[in-house]
Amino acid sequence: MIAQRIGLGLLTLFVISLLIFGAIELLPGDLAQEILGQSATPETVAAFRRELGLDLPAYERYLGWLGGVLQGDFGNSLANGRPIADLIAGRLGNTLFLALYAAAIAVPLSLALGILAALYRNSLYDRAVNVFTLSSISFPEFFVAYILIFYLAQSGFFPSIAKITPEASLAEKLYRTFLPALTLTLVVTAHMMRMTRAAIINLLASPYIEMARLKGVQPGRLIVRHALPNALAPIINVIALNLAYLITGVVVVEVVFVYPGLGQLMVDSVAKRDITVVQAAALIFACAYVLLNLTADVLSTMSNPRLIHRR
Amino acid sequence: MSDDEKPVLLTIRDLCIEGYADETWLEIVKDVSLDLRRGEVLGLIGESGAGKSTIGLAAMGFTRDGCRISGGTITFDGIDLRAAPVTERRALRGKRIAYVAQSAAASFNPAHKLIDQYSEGPLIHHVMGRKEAENDAVELYRRMRLPNPEEIGFRYPHQVSGGQLQRAMTAMAMACRPDLIIFDEPTTALDVTTQIEVLAAIRDIVEQFDTAAIYITHDLAVVAQMADKIKVLLRGEEVEEADTRTMLADPKQDYTKTLWAVRSLQRDEQPPAGAGETPVVSVRDVTAAYGDVPVLYEVSFDIHARRTVAVVGESGSGKSTAARVITGLLPPLSGEVQFNGETLPADYRRRSKDQLRQAQMIYQMADTALNPKQRIREIVGRPVEFYLGLRGKALEARIRELLHLIELEPDDFIDRLPSELSGGQKQRIGIARALAAEPQFIICDEVTSALDQLVAEGILRLLDRLQSEFKLAYMFITHDLATVRAIADEVVVMKEGRIIEKGGKTEMFTPPHDPYTELLLSSVPEMDPDWLDHLLAERAAGRAGAGVKSADA
Repeated sequence: MIAQRIGLGLLTLFVISLLIFGAIELLPGDLAQEILGQSATPETVAAFRRELGLDLPAYERYLGWLGGVLQGDFGNSLANGRPIADLIAGRLGNTLFLALYAAAIAVPLSLALGILAALYRNSLYDRAVNVFTLSSISFPEFFVAYILIFYLAQSGFFPSIAKITPEASLAEKLYRTFLPALTLTLVVTAHMMRMTRAAIINLLASPYIEMARLKGVQPGRLIVRHALPNALAPIINVIALNLAYLITGVVVVEVVFVYPGLGQLMVDSVAKRDITVVQAAALIFACAYVLLNLTADVLSTMSNPRLIHRR
Repeated sequence: MSDDEKPVLLTIRDLCIEGYADETWLEIVKDVSLDLRRGEVLGLIGESGAGKSTIGLAAMGFTRDGCRISGGTITFDGIDLRAAPVTERRALRGKRIAYVAQSAAASFNPAHKLIDQYSEGPLIHHVMGRKEAENDAVELYRRMRLPNPEEIGFRYPHQVSGGQLQRAMTAMAMACRPDLIIFDEPTTALDVTTQIEVLAAIRDIVEQFDTAAIYITHDLAVVAQMADKIKVLLRGEEVEEADTRTMLADPKQDYTKTLWAVRSLQRDEQPPAGAGETPVVSVRDVTAAYGDVPVLYEVSFDIHARRTVAVVGESGSGKSTAARVITGLLPPLSGEVQFNGETLPADYRRRSKDQLRQAQMIYQMADTALNPKQRIREIVGRPVEFYLGLRGKALEARIRELLHLIELEPDDFIDRLPSELSGGQKQRIGIARALAAEPQFIICDEVTSALDQLVAEGILRLLDRLQSEFKLAYMFITHDLATVRAIADEVVVMKEGRIIEKGGKTEMFTPPHDPYTELLLSSVPEMDPDWLDHLLAERAAGRAGAGVKSADA
């Protein structure tokens, strides 16, 4: 079952690589012409096209690109000729660091808030948490980011520019990236917290919860031990979606805090028409999505004894 | 010591409980009083909606969401459960008052092993440590006669059969050695042969620990075996109460008498079909499987017009699968289904509209078989329109005619939604929908098992009338032998995908039988309070079917 799921994940990735390549093919204009500018002579353009391999048929270029990617070679940047793998490695590391940082705050926070909201449902606390998380998800990210800068950076608690260097210590990095991480936390918490709350409340009417209450189980234990293990599958899936968002959807936040992540690289490359870099970044984002959803499916399967322990 | 001298454990006086529905509070239990002494078993019986479970839960100081106790007192061993704070009531639950639910499969938490769920009560009430509780679990599993008592606790609920789960749940209720256990229909979801074992195990353990119990059921024969005294309820009110033998022998109230009388419904067996007559449906050497799992082995039987063939067997015996093969939902691996002598395509998608029209189905759960968003007009009208092509006035007239046939007033019912019907009325709509296609053959899949006895009897009488009116052939799938006795002409007994025995009803209910049929027949509870003792004694003596003669009485 899990092998089948992994096979499907690989197939999805293959289809995505086709889509990315096809979409780039559909872009209007001639790439060599665009890069060299209007003043280039037809001879230089033709020579440059040969150099880029643009004179080859599309399927040959696709196979060449895919073959390279499978060996870890994403080709060279069109803008500055450096290998894309080098260009991306550092940026990807930064993006993952920020995503993990935000997730480390957001996931435990939203699970705890969700469990408490289920326990004290329809109370003042429940409503307050819902209003707060829903408000923070409703504002655009850049707005939340500027509000945080206004209150926490203007007063000098945290830096508003999250510039990090590879040499910086972990504490230094955590301090410098606190505001972007907090912004992302505010953006993703509502979704996970509300799913936790809903998944648990959904189960509270089931006969085994009534049975537990009739055994004299206290409310806290009832939620954590009797309802939560059966609510894990939907919660895990929502967490995976939000983690994927933390990796792929953070462009705006990176731009606001001038954080050197993969999203910003992708936006810059689009502006510079550095198509090969865009292709590579898109493929990595797709990988992150597929991998996280795959992990979520495997974990939900493992959280269900009916699927793990056969009769 | 006789029960009368034992101290009173539970006293309920003038209990009133209200339920919230349609934005008002309705009284669902009215002025019910009861006394229960230590070690005594009280049977609460009544139809669904009589308030049995609500009273049972109230005895634990518990009400379901949307219910509230509006009057009266509940005193358990000197503690006023209505006045006691939440923490005090919680400390009693599981420790001094325990609960056994109707569906053990739904009431065990699917995420935890049985033994962890057993140990939870003793641990949270600080009665035992974990190791001690686990050893105790094995001991009680053994007393409940569960197979492999040492290792069964380490399984998850889905890995254990229904009857075993029900026993494990009774063991779990016993974990803290409570003074009182509420049994809420503990055997209703079980097969008859499994029910016997569970009943015997429950009775033994209640006697061994001298536990008081409230035994809730709608099955009179079951309560006769279990209870010292019986209280009959109707719509939240007490009808009468007496000790078991008095109640069975000499019920005072008319309602109780009608409950007792239901079991006497019996239809005369129709004369067998002539030798040369072509059966309406003929199942021939059908072998079928779900994927790689074989479920039917060379099953053959015939159903003639105007006759009812009851297919009986326990869950998993393949009786519903046989129906799926006949309707073409599950194409068989080999064998064929003939209709009026003509072979039907195996897959329903390749059958003609007329072939589809001729065989209709009525389902067990009328609740889920009717589209909740459609009005009766659409539910019944759809097959009329689809199969017979009636439109407009003719369609309306036909729907009204069908509603008349099932004894529902058309003006009243035609624009209702299924949620505005009672269980029996829903099942009648299910029948009307099947009749709408004007079939020759109807499969009734456990159509009465979700209904109360009086309602079920009405449905059976209706089916009987329709059969003679329209020369219908019925295939009646059931596990309830009382129903078989009431309406069948022929009986097919199935077990593990094979036909064990088949023949006319009279013949089937007269010995000698196949050993399995004998086991099945002897397992049907009787109203005699000594029946279970006698049966167990006879089985212990090695005569499994010795109860057969009385089962036929």
